[in-house]
Amino acid sequence: MITLVKRPTPSRLWIVLTPLVAVLLTMVAGAALFAMLGKDPIEAIRTIFWDPLFNPQFAAYSRPQLLVKAGPLILIAIGLSLGFRAGIWNIGAEGQYIMGAICGAAVGLAAYPIDAWWVFAAMVLGGLAGGTAWAMIPAVLRVAFKTNEILVSLMLVYVAENLLASMAVGALRNPEGGGFPGSRNLSQYPAAANPELIAGTGMHWGVVAAFIAVIFAYVILSRHMLGFQIRLTGQSPRAARFAGVNAARLILICLGISGGLAGLAGLFEVSGPAGQISIDFGSGYGFTAIIVAFLGRLNPIGILLAGLLMALTYIGGELAQFMLGLPASAIQVFQGMLLMFLLALDVLTNYSLRWRKRETA
Amino acid sequence: MSIKTILASATVALSLSTAAFAQDPTKVGFVYVGPVNDGGWSQHHHESVMEMKEHFGDAIELVEQASVPEGADAERVFTQMALSGADVIFATSFGYMDPIINVAAKFPDVKFEHATGYKTAENVGVYSARFYEGRAVEGLLAGEMTKSNKIGYIGSFPIPEVIRGINASYLEAKKVNPDVEMSVVWLNTWFDPAKEADAAQALIDNGVDVVLQHTDSTAPQITAQKAGDVYTFGQAADMAEFAPMPRISSIIDVWAPYYIERVQAVIDGTWESDNTWDGIGAGMVGIGEITDAVPADVKADAEALRDAIAAGDYHPFTGPINKQDGSVWLAEGEVADDGALAGLNFYVEGLTGDIPQ
Repeated sequence: MITLVKRPTPSRLWIVLTPLVAVLLTMVAGAALFAMLGKDPIEAIRTIFWDPLFNPQFAAYSRPQLLVKAGPLILIAIGLSLGFRAGIWNIGAEGQYIMGAICGAAVGLAAYPIDAWWVFAAMVLGGLAGGTAWAMIPAVLRVAFKTNEILVSLMLVYVAENLLASMAVGALRNPEGGGFPGSRNLSQYPAAANPELIAGTGMHWGVVAAFIAVIFAYVILSRHMLGFQIRLTGQSPRAARFAGVNAARLILICLGISGGLAGLAGLFEVSGPAGQISIDFGSGYGFTAIIVAFLGRLNPIGILLAGLLMALTYIGGELAQFMLGLPASAIQVFQGMLLMFLLALDVLTNYSLRWRKRETA
Repeated sequence: MSIKTILASATVALSLSTAAFAQDPTKVGFVYVGPVNDGGWSQHHHESVMEMKEHFGDAIELVEQASVPEGADAERVFTQMALSGADVIFATSFGYMDPIINVAAKFPDVKFEHATGYKTAENVGVYSARFYEGRAVEGLLAGEMTKSNKIGYIGSFPIPEVIRGINASYLEAKKVNPDVEMSVVWLNTWFDPAKEADAAQALIDNGVDVVLQHTDSTAPQITAQKAGDVYTFGQAADMAEFAPMPRISSIIDVWAPYYIERVQAVIDGTWESDNTWDGIGAGMVGIGEITDAVPADVKADAEALRDAIAAGDYHPFTGPINKQDGSVWLAEGEVADDGALAGLNFYVEGLTGDIPQ
């Protein structure tokens, strides 16, 4: 029979291999699922993974869209990964993303119709402040009252969603919108817009920020004292305490950074691809980013790749829906399998498989 | 890859798709905000689409995409559909408005139809139904049927379309039952069975015995069925599986004839941007069968109201009507014009509570 034997140290080989194997297994299981739905499995997998990148009919549009979709995922996931590494669980990035968008958009809408360079800069600060402040609520509650930051940050998502709805029909509503909900379209207000920087690339300030965040996170984790403290706390909170790591300070910093980055992602989204504050603005990036963070092994480079892969399954999944008539829920199952296989295979990082003969009685 | 090659491949893609138009059947795309089995709005669009597909058979190729969030994702979905060679794309939710306008500007040869919106363009038409006509009939039934004189209304988003429905049903209920009170619960969603069930339960716990809804699931019907002596109305779809109780009637969206007409226009090359707003008379709003749970005389009154509206003899918004604050909106005999109705953002006199701001 097969038994699991704990490895003395996590296998470096499997840390790298598990995401790849997980993707492969997802493809196989996904193909089986699509076949059961009566679709050609090869064609379905090709539509999801190949067509958005290389089909001449779509690629020119969907390749840049990959960056548009991956940008916020990567930006949020990078922030989350710092906390996750230290065992600080911010599950409420979606709320911080929404609050960043609301605060940043509010700055821009207040400035309307001033045409000056500082409008967008002030919006960026507004987005940063909104996300950070929202994340500070669970952080301070945890430090001061030892509340559970998982619950508090998650619950604050629902508060943020209702605030968003209220803003869309109230304070931030477009005064020229005929009573309909939704703010002015920021992408049509040049001083506040976050347009494509180079036409046809999908590259906007949010994508730039995501790349910068990847580099910063890499440097912090590998070269900086803060990175050492984060890793140490994650591996052994007791050892970290003996080493003089200030746990409260680390909680504030990690939640602050992840909230700030989520807020920035929200601001770049609301001023760019989404364009306006609307009731349905929050589209789940904050939750998907959690998957991206783990799929990328909480490693900045890994998150970059995972974000792009996740974006690919979204865009390819949409293609598969209307090209092949696959139901939306089948695509969601497919994405869910990716995370499930990854977490299931994680066992191989920490354990090795051994064949053992059954002992005879 | 340089921008030049990207542009070049884009042009190739465009020419490929235009070349495809010539031989292939007309490609018709539909985008829904909810799942196609929500039991209400999206499902009913989907079923009307199936009827339309049956009518045309192989003359059209149908592509559908469900559960598309309103916002940036919608814009990508429309673009991809247009890139895949769709000739006409129907966007069946209000929040698709700005995305549709953006995408339509990039694809001047593709026709777009947007349900319940108000922004049109050369290649963007809008269509909606005068649901408020049906709401007036529901209001009459609700005012007659309530024993506690308390009516509940589950609102989705505080947009003019929903506010119109609340006002129309309240006005008619008040006419037949001056003691009636209406409580409105706002859910900020079109489809969320759990929230809808909670809202219905909360209303019922407060003594409400008739529940109207502008949300799309059948959860309120299920809640009412459990509670017993409570009446409801089918929304968007007939929801006949809950007849004769709690569902005593329904407003049915009848989209299929419009879809057939508009797709035919695309096939014929006669499609032009339009702004369609039809009601019971034109057959876009259907009133589902009024069940035997309703006394015969009340049923007759409701049917008379329905027929008067259909014939154009009666408009649900005919003065005198005051606004909630007591100021005059419509003078004696004055009828609200479509512009005022399209942007309606206040309650009429007698309704309590505030519209979320």
